[in-house]
Amino acid sequence: MSDLTVPAPPAHIPPPLWLLAEVTYKCPLHCVFCYNPLNYAENRKELSTEQWKDVLRQARKMGAAQLGFSGGEPLVRDDLEEMIGEAHQLGFYTNLITSGIGLTETRIARMKELGLDHIQLSFQDSTKEMNDFLSSTKTFDLKSRVAKLIKKYDYPMVLNVVLHRYNLDHVGRIIEMAVEMDVEYLELANTQYYGWGMVNRDQLMPTREQLERAEAVVNEYRAKLGNKIRILFVVPDYFEERPKACMNGWGSVFLAVAADGSALPCHAAKSLPGLEFPNVADTPLHEIWYESDAFNRYRGNAWMKEPCRSCSEKDKDFGGCRCQAYALTGDAANADPVCSKSPQHNDVKQIVMQAQLKPVTVEEKPLLFRTDANSMRYASIPIKEERDKVT
Amino acid sequence: MTMDIAATPKLARLFRMQWEEAQGAYVLLYPEGMVKLNQSAGEILKRCDGVRDVTAIVADIEQSFGAAGLEPEVMSFLDIATERGWIV
Repeated sequence: MSDLTVPAPPAHIPPPLWLLAEVTYKCPLHCVFCYNPLNYAENRKELSTEQWKDVLRQARKMGAAQLGFSGGEPLVRDDLEEMIGEAHQLGFYTNLITSGIGLTETRIARMKELGLDHIQLSFQDSTKEMNDFLSSTKTFDLKSRVAKLIKKYDYPMVLNVVLHRYNLDHVGRIIEMAVEMDVEYLELANTQYYGWGMVNRDQLMPTREQLERAEAVVNEYRAKLGNKIRILFVVPDYFEERPKACMNGWGSVFLAVAADGSALPCHAAKSLPGLEFPNVADTPLHEIWYESDAFNRYRGNAWMKEPCRSCSEKDKDFGGCRCQAYALTGDAANADPVCSKSPQHNDVKQIVMQAQLKPVTVEEKPLLFRTDANSMRYASIPIKEERDKVT
Repeated sequence: MTMDIAATPKLARLFRMQWEEAQGAYVLLYPEGMVKLNQSAGEILKRCDGVRDVTAIVADIEQSFGAAGLEPEVMSFLDIATERGWIV
């Protein structure tokens, strides 16, 4: 679909700078906080190598400079190297976002030759037991070997650990692990409640005290380690009074392409009803980004309702996250209710309070692992109703 | 912390610098991030090749832009760039 005579972009819409290529939804892990769509298993269609290369060319031509290969587990695709090579040739900065499963020395060496710039490796915890429990796999030792390989081949490395009730108290040990691995960045990513994270929210939600302790530990290490490792730790938005500037604004810098070719303004956007996401297999990327209803729906601020419309901070946080607004209020055009100005902010406070008073234990309500079988239970069922029903 | 005038700064291993036509600017690319550089930052950083010292960088910029007395400005930017880990 490459169009070599690309029309000039409308002056008021900036080009996409970040392309996230979710090349497959297949994944050997079964993480309980995964943001992938619950019904991912329903649609197994994946773009071909040539289609992906074409997407890369179109996005680069429009101005995208950062490229993430993600999924699912991108290493499941045996043509990943070919895509990396193409991306590097086009001038992208290429990031591989991986669980590490499938990253053999042969592949990692080949990717280096082809120009892969950086690898982000995920761990679920500093302990083997919790890592293996939360991912429902025996992968801790394997991941540890991959971490060594990444450094052996001299890649800059981000260690990513998703945080929640079960590992927030291990933050000190997680940082020690990152120091031992000699990583450049440690991303302590508090769980965001989308997809599988949302259905498991009651069990994963930490207490405020846990968060405060963890933040204090992070700050101690930051002072001690200085510039040696950059540690990213952001307090989860449920505990805040203002929403995150989600995606830096809808259709502003970020463009995700899902495994089947749907183009998304945010990785969780498929959870929103009433939006038809164009597919890169039959629509040029330029048209998708600048002209499609999906990308224009929440672009800018004309779509906003009160309290956002008259808010002095509307161009700072863009009213927060559309997917969260929908999941928690039933209307994606509402203010993200983590904002204290939202009339539904109290609902969020209740959710946090419940975690505080009487945490839901795994014994009461088992964690739902991201498996194909569990995913099929969500096939063709709107997510919100299903979340309320499934226990 | 002030940059030594005899130092030969170079871009840190974590960063890649390139011209981006769509943004009309030099950018620094690093794991999952990008910094858009203003014109003077771009002009200074592209001369940080690990060979030229600060004196030579200043002289080259002054010559390219037909200006004089740019040393304080260059030094102050190099300090910021060091602090942010862009150069070593």
